[in-house]
Amino acid sequence: MSTELRGYHAPVWNEPVILEMGYPGRRGLAVPEAEAEVRAEVGDVADLIPAALRRQDRPALPEVSEPEVLYHYLRLSQQTLGMMGISLFGTCTMKYNPQVNEAIAWRPEVTEAHPHQDDDTLQGTLELVHRFDTILRELSGMDQFVFQAGGGADAAYTSCAVTRAYHASRGELEQRDEIITTIQTHPSNAATAAAAGFKVITLMLDEDGYPSLDALKAAVSDRTAALMVNNPDDMGVYNPEMREWVRVVHDAGGLCFYDSANFNGMMGKIRAREIGFDACMFMLHKTFGAPKSGVGGPAVGAYGCSAELAPFVPTPVVAHDGERYYLDHDRPKSCGKIREFWGNVPVVLKAYAWIRAMGAEGVAEASDISVLANNYMEQGLLAIRGVTRSHADATSPRLEMTRYSLARMKEETGVGVHDVQNRMTDFGVDAMWTSHEPWLVPEPFTPEAGEMYGKEALDTWIAVLARISEEAYSDPEIVKTAPHNQAVHRVDHEAMEDPERWAMTWRAHRRKRRTDGAEG
Amino acid sequence: MPTHPIQGTTDVGVAGVEQNVERSLAAEVDGYRKGATLGLIVNPYAGMGGSVGLKGTDGPHILAEAKRRGARPLSGVRAVRALTRLTASRTRFSIVTGAGDLGEESALAAGLDPVVVPRAEQGARGEADTRAAAKAMVSSVDLLLFAGGDGTARDILSVVGDRVPVLGIPAGVKMHSAVFGTTPESAGDLAALFLDGSTAAQLRDAEVMDLDEAAVRADRLSARLYGFARSPYERHLAQNAKAGARVSADAELEAACRGVAARMREGVLYIVGPGTTMRNVMDALGAPSTLLGVDAVLDGALVGADLDERTLLRLMQGRETRIVVGVLGGQGYLFGRGNQQISAEVIKRVGREGIVTIAPVDKLIALEDARLRVDTGDAEVDAMLSGYLRVHTGSDHDVLVRVLS
Repeated sequence: MSTELRGYHAPVWNEPVILEMGYPGRRGLAVPEAEAEVRAEVGDVADLIPAALRRQDRPALPEVSEPEVLYHYLRLSQQTLGMMGISLFGTCTMKYNPQVNEAIAWRPEVTEAHPHQDDDTLQGTLELVHRFDTILRELSGMDQFVFQAGGGADAAYTSCAVTRAYHASRGELEQRDEIITTIQTHPSNAATAAAAGFKVITLMLDEDGYPSLDALKAAVSDRTAALMVNNPDDMGVYNPEMREWVRVVHDAGGLCFYDSANFNGMMGKIRAREIGFDACMFMLHKTFGAPKSGVGGPAVGAYGCSAELAPFVPTPVVAHDGERYYLDHDRPKSCGKIREFWGNVPVVLKAYAWIRAMGAEGVAEASDISVLANNYMEQGLLAIRGVTRSHADATSPRLEMTRYSLARMKEETGVGVHDVQNRMTDFGVDAMWTSHEPWLVPEPFTPEAGEMYGKEALDTWIAVLARISEEAYSDPEIVKTAPHNQAVHRVDHEAMEDPERWAMTWRAHRRKRRTDGAEG
Repeated sequence: MPTHPIQGTTDVGVAGVEQNVERSLAAEVDGYRKGATLGLIVNPYAGMGGSVGLKGTDGPHILAEAKRRGARPLSGVRAVRALTRLTASRTRFSIVTGAGDLGEESALAAGLDPVVVPRAEQGARGEADTRAAAKAMVSSVDLLLFAGGDGTARDILSVVGDRVPVLGIPAGVKMHSAVFGTTPESAGDLAALFLDGSTAAQLRDAEVMDLDEAAVRADRLSARLYGFARSPYERHLAQNAKAGARVSADAELEAACRGVAARMREGVLYIVGPGTTMRNVMDALGAPSTLLGVDAVLDGALVGADLDERTLLRLMQGRETRIVVGVLGGQGYLFGRGNQQISAEVIKRVGREGIVTIAPVDKLIALEDARLRVDTGDAEVDAMLSGYLRVHTGSDHDVLVRVLS
């Protein structure tokens, strides 16, 4: 590999946490005393707070000046990689979020709108949401989209809630208490099914890297409420028998939900409804160019479904009567609310702006590029010592990502995937994604190139892995003790397993560390 | 105000590795920790029978025959491979070994300085050596690493019980027990993690099973469950915010067992197989149980303990019956290894629909090809059992696993 690796070192500030900072009496803002006239008119400002609500003691807040606060958080941000470099974080579809879309989302028409405003004052916003609904219908073949879900798991839960409402409307909910999923479908499907009160049946993988049709047939029965499945799955494996799967589940009376979290290799290529699915879900904060914002959002899991299921979706639904846009609350069969209001509008707006910029041809081309990039990566990665592909002999196609394993490297050198992750950050490259739980493939990793990075970036990523492999085989201690160029050394993850060591609040932290002056 | 440790200089690169290692808090703590003590026992004859087609090396006659056929010792070399991984790690430990080819030679070959326990009385070889070494070190070691097969595991278990954790370096012909690393290297890595006190190395009850070699040589398979050793395994820690925390595997399994116990119906006989998972079911019922044997439950109460096939068939007469089983050993056997009391005849009468299986999902995933296996001795029953089977892995959570015969 001729790609030259760039030197990198993170700044090290040894920054305390904000609660350890400050000096008694220091303030960011000195509020002037009220003039005598004002005081005479209004009285003591503290009297505005009812006595019962006043605290007895001053809050234990850090006493710092405004610049000290700014410097502190700037330093903290400098000590992270910030997801601003090469981040091929599989199953997350990392994309650059265009600044122009951010600028649009920060316009006052967006930031100062309130969901309780009258519909007549929200016509532009409602039109935009409705238009985006129709775009997603075009991409999926579904008949109705809603944006209430604040993320992918929320959307999966929406599907479970709709499934429940649908079977209840037919008097079959008591009987249909099982949801079928696969071991490589995103675990939030199984989790939300369980949260919604269903029993979960998980199918294991067979020879081709996906569960066999026979396994599905053995699982379905008159108790089947729904199938919830990713395709391609969490390893990038595409199950080509999905049309038949849908038929089997429909024949048993169940619904089929397509978790399209891994949609990037299929945009403009495959429509869930045409395969027969009753519902699907898109992640606007992944596939559609809106920021991921960290786990927990704000994000949007756009849930779409067939006309048959549309009466059951959460309220309100953004609708158009031919003249004006409005929020339709009058939906007696609705499953209710999954989340407040009708969605994170700024995220919908950014996704809308992204797809309008891409166009129908653009998203289809982006799919092609992301699959091509993944295949390109595979050539480079499989040439690296110690790297193997999951289900190496399976002929099933991989689309936008591939699950690899470092089991051979671990066996031969003792260097495992977490060591390699740590070492990657020494080169200024974000640690790669491993795998969701449970790990089917030992020492897994799952890069997803997407359509956005140039060939040079992919070459750099491959070169970093090749370099780390050379180190693992020549001087494994370098990798096993990484990172060396980071702001902090290895984080002690074991502390997270020990309730005596982690703390959710500063007060708990002080109590557990038995720091002097700690209060209970 | 608490003071902060200085995090070290920024002047690093590969040359700065050592300096940076020093600033790691974890490394500092380790430095102050007293090193743990590793016990090593090598069964020098393990695996020799296999290399010359003898399906095991238990007993002096078979060993002599193996030697006559030109078999050479393998386990000492395998032990060195595992130890090399330990010495390459940053783990601090001292080592106690058996004398000569019982571990001392392997430790020396790996560059270690072992404390050697005396050999069994003059002339004793094989099992007696293993047992004597185990007995001599049981109270002084934190982990007993052994190189051998099922027979060696059994000998060690018979001496140490659950007093000290046991981990096997795979070197035998037969390895049905769940105490072995997949390779000598992985056993070495796991031992290092465990001796470091890492929470990634957890202990679990692992089946110690052994085939009756005489029966195997007569082409009959008959494995027995001899007991459970405390054995370390590597748990994958969630190192990523995206992965989130997972309910502990123990809690999930316990919930599955409680669920099965709660769904037991009146008037139905439940045959409960051996193993720790099945003990969870019996505990949920508040009934006593036989860890290594087969028990029967009727209306929530134990009606028979440690039963054989004949008694089971008698209890079943005129009663609707269910069989509750776990997955035994490292090779994923549902029937035919360690629970032969639940015979082909018993299974045939109960039928496939009457079998309730419980196993932790991690155990299913660790199986080769994620398949369960049956070997009841009756081809018809094996065929009936094969295909997809529901395994309870948690509260209201089933996994569909393919059964091979």
